[in-house]
Amino acid sequence: MDCKEAQNLINAYEDGELDLVRNLEIERHLRECALCMQSHKNHQLLRNEIKAGSFYFKAPADLQTKIQSSLRKAAKAEGRAWVLPKWWFNIVAPMAAAAVVVLVLVPFFRGPSTDELLTREVVSSHVRSLMAATHLADVASSDQHTVKPWFAGKLNFSPPVEDLAKQGFPLIGGRLDYLENRPVAALVYQRQKHFINLFIWPSGSDSDVRTKTASRQGYNLAYWTKSGMTYWAVSDLNSSELQEFVQLVQNQA
Amino acid sequence: MTWQTELNRVCVTNWHFIHRKTGVYPGSGNKTDGGAVLTVGEKDKLARFEQVILPHLDAAYNLARWLTRNEDDAKDMAQEAYLRAFKFFDAFRGADGRAWLLTIVRNTCYTWLQQNRAHEITTMFDEEIHTSDSDSFNPATLVLQHADHQLLKRALDELPVEFREAVVLRDLEGLSYKEIAEIANIPTGTVMSRLARARERLKQILGNQQKKEA
Repeated sequence: MDCKEAQNLINAYEDGELDLVRNLEIERHLRECALCMQSHKNHQLLRNEIKAGSFYFKAPADLQTKIQSSLRKAAKAEGRAWVLPKWWFNIVAPMAAAAVVVLVLVPFFRGPSTDELLTREVVSSHVRSLMAATHLADVASSDQHTVKPWFAGKLNFSPPVEDLAKQGFPLIGGRLDYLENRPVAALVYQRQKHFINLFIWPSGSDSDVRTKTASRQGYNLAYWTKSGMTYWAVSDLNSSELQEFVQLVQNQA
Repeated sequence: MTWQTELNRVCVTNWHFIHRKTGVYPGSGNKTDGGAVLTVGEKDKLARFEQVILPHLDAAYNLARWLTRNEDDAKDMAQEAYLRAFKFFDAFRGADGRAWLLTIVRNTCYTWLQQNRAHEITTMFDEEIHTSDSDSFNPATLVLQHADHQLLKRALDELPVEFREAVVLRDLEGLSYKEIAEIANIPTGTVMSRLARARERLKQILGNQQKKEA
């Protein structure tokens, strides 16, 4: 180690901040170099003077009392921060009350839900289809191999069609209809004197939705989504027989 | 009864409920400590703070005194730093209350210096004047006499603030380079070079004085 290096490190050495190796090196240099040793002694003298001199200012006696009392005030203020100031009642509270009123009333003005709208559409469609015999089916056939191909070219999807005559729900025919702003397939089945309209269209999503039921104007409805298709069945059949029909349709696919 | 008075009544009821549980009402009773009656949680925080941070009052005052170079300002700085420390005490996780407090004292003082004595923190070491002799390395023997105490103290007082604080934290407070680096928010290498230059300057002043006397 030369003098230049020793001088660079001498402060860190005296402050005890050097690693062991360099500590030993600088000590060897100090033993060999009188100039650096002198510099080191001067440093020590200075340091001792700073440490020994009355350079440390002790806090005045009254300062601690003053600080403690202001700390108590601060602690008190912190603790009371939650106590509501008077203006709170005049400004914030009315605003909060108004917000609550808005939150409660908004759902009333939102209008009916999508399901509710569709229920009305489906019932209307069903009623209209029964008003005149020609409305019921565009293709009148109990043969699923006649009805299914009939939809080809008229719809951009192919609805599953199956005759359920053996199970007591003979297929009457098929028809194009219009629901939820799109053309849909309508299959017509019969149970004794009752007609069932089964509307089918692609759901637009892969997730299945379990069967829900509804009842409007004396008609029973059941709707579900399965394998990417949405089904709506509507009839004046009682709900248990409609449920039986729903089971058969769901089992076929 | 309007809804406003009703809401007020409900809040006042809650207020009583909370304070009956804690057994203390703010601003009432126990006049011995100036009406500042505290809830259990506040008392607990204050007690912990007084136990962990208050013992370092001398260190806080000493640093503030050396940074402001004035007794009254130092008192104000120490008090303000303590209030800030109390405010942020929930964030204190370390074991070393002194270093944490000194960081706050330093920041408080620097903010004050910036507002009141901006020129002091922009004064850099004048390389020409302060380090002209450092290349001609020829240490004469320093002999300190009693009168030199005041000279040394004045010399330390006149160092630029960053160098002054390094000496105060190292030689008076006995902190390590790493602790000083954290308090002053600088690399440890900078701590080392600031200390070296500060001490060189102090030695020069003492040496010049001796030359004059000789």
